[in-house]
Amino acid sequence: MALSQNEVLAGLAEIVNEETGIDTDSVKMEKSFTNDLDIDSISMMTIVVNAEEKFSVKIPDEEVKNLLTVGDAVNFITAAQG
Amino acid sequence: MTQPKLNQFKTVQFSRIYSLGAARGDLVVTNDDIAGPIDSSDEWIRQRTGIITRRRAGKDQSLMDMAVKASNEAIQKAGIDPQEIGAVIFSTISHPYQTPSAAALLAEKIGANPAPAFDISAACAGYCYGIAQADALVRSGVAKFVLVVGGEKLSDFIDPTDRSISFLLADGAGAAIVGPSDEAGISPTVWGSDGSHWDSVSMTASLLEFRDGEASWPTIRQDGMTVFKWAVWEMVKVAKQALEVAGVKAEELSALVTHQANIRIIDELVKQLKLPENVVVARDIINTGNTSAASVPLAMDQILQDGLVKSGGLALQIGFGAGLAFAAQVVVLP
Repeated sequence: MALSQNEVLAGLAEIVNEETGIDTDSVKMEKSFTNDLDIDSISMMTIVVNAEEKFSVKIPDEEVKNLLTVGDAVNFITAAQG
Repeated sequence: MTQPKLNQFKTVQFSRIYSLGAARGDLVVTNDDIAGPIDSSDEWIRQRTGIITRRRAGKDQSLMDMAVKASNEAIQKAGIDPQEIGAVIFSTISHPYQTPSAAALLAEKIGANPAPAFDISAACAGYCYGIAQADALVRSGVAKFVLVVGGEKLSDFIDPTDRSISFLLADGAGAAIVGPSDEAGISPTVWGSDGSHWDSVSMTASLLEFRDGEASWPTIRQDGMTVFKWAVWEMVKVAKQALEVAGVKAEELSALVTHQANIRIIDELVKQLKLPENVVVARDIINTGNTSAASVPLAMDQILQDGLVKSGGLALQIGFGAGLAFAAQVVVLP
């Protein structure tokens, strides 16, 4: 069953926390991965792969550069779940 | 008239690596030395790559100079006569001649002439490709001893303003002597390629485009994120498969020696493989940089030199890079 936007956000926050140590409460929809959360491109790729596994979705490499905010990622994953 | 019976090579059951030799570029290049043209800093480079210094060869130190030095050391440590070498395999992407091969000149310079000699182009997987071939040549009886060299002078093919890969690259050569053994010393190799990502790590232009004035001197570049993703998550599968076909469990390894591409790739591989803490992880990239085909033998030699592992222990070695190409095998440390 497809997860809700909030459930995806919670799951993504856990992944971000595991990769970077950033508190899950700080991972909010409007936050920018690079500017607000200070996540570099290599960590971002690790987060993407973990998200693909956790949510059983495919996030193409060329799509990753469009995922600027947590909200972008949550929306992409939510939609990709079909 | 009866058909004459052909002779074929007499096979040998096992092979192993007898010895290693190492040579690095004679210049120690710091992050501060190269940060300017890429508008970067020592901290940024360390954080993203793990590199503190990289070794590069000056104008007077050639790829061949480093290959000869590493090869002579390996030959001497193996205690063999160079004339016993039945094949010379040189893995390189930076030999500056399309032909003839670097291997033929190397064979001549180390006293192995007239051994068969040839280059292989498998970039950062090249040394492990070479070990796979050497293992096959020795066990099939084609050659008694094989010299495998991974050597690069990548600094001839970098763009100081390139932020994708140039700042990682370095120069060096690593050599190994492979020969017959009483016990298994090289596991079955898990190797392959994925040409669907042919341009993920490549040159900025072809030599023809350069000749025709359509491009400047070709240099190495990469699509870092695609390569990072492949190098970690696909190579984890390859590493696990290599352990499985070797019949070895991760906790039975003395060391993991990966291609020294980037410390973040190495760390993520270790994490994904759930390697026990007692397994020594080679991190030669910190002081040497990324030497492509040379990185696996240089990194293995370094952990042996530092006394972190002992001869006779098992190491999983895995090379991966442009092609894309990959190869992994478990070897008994020389």
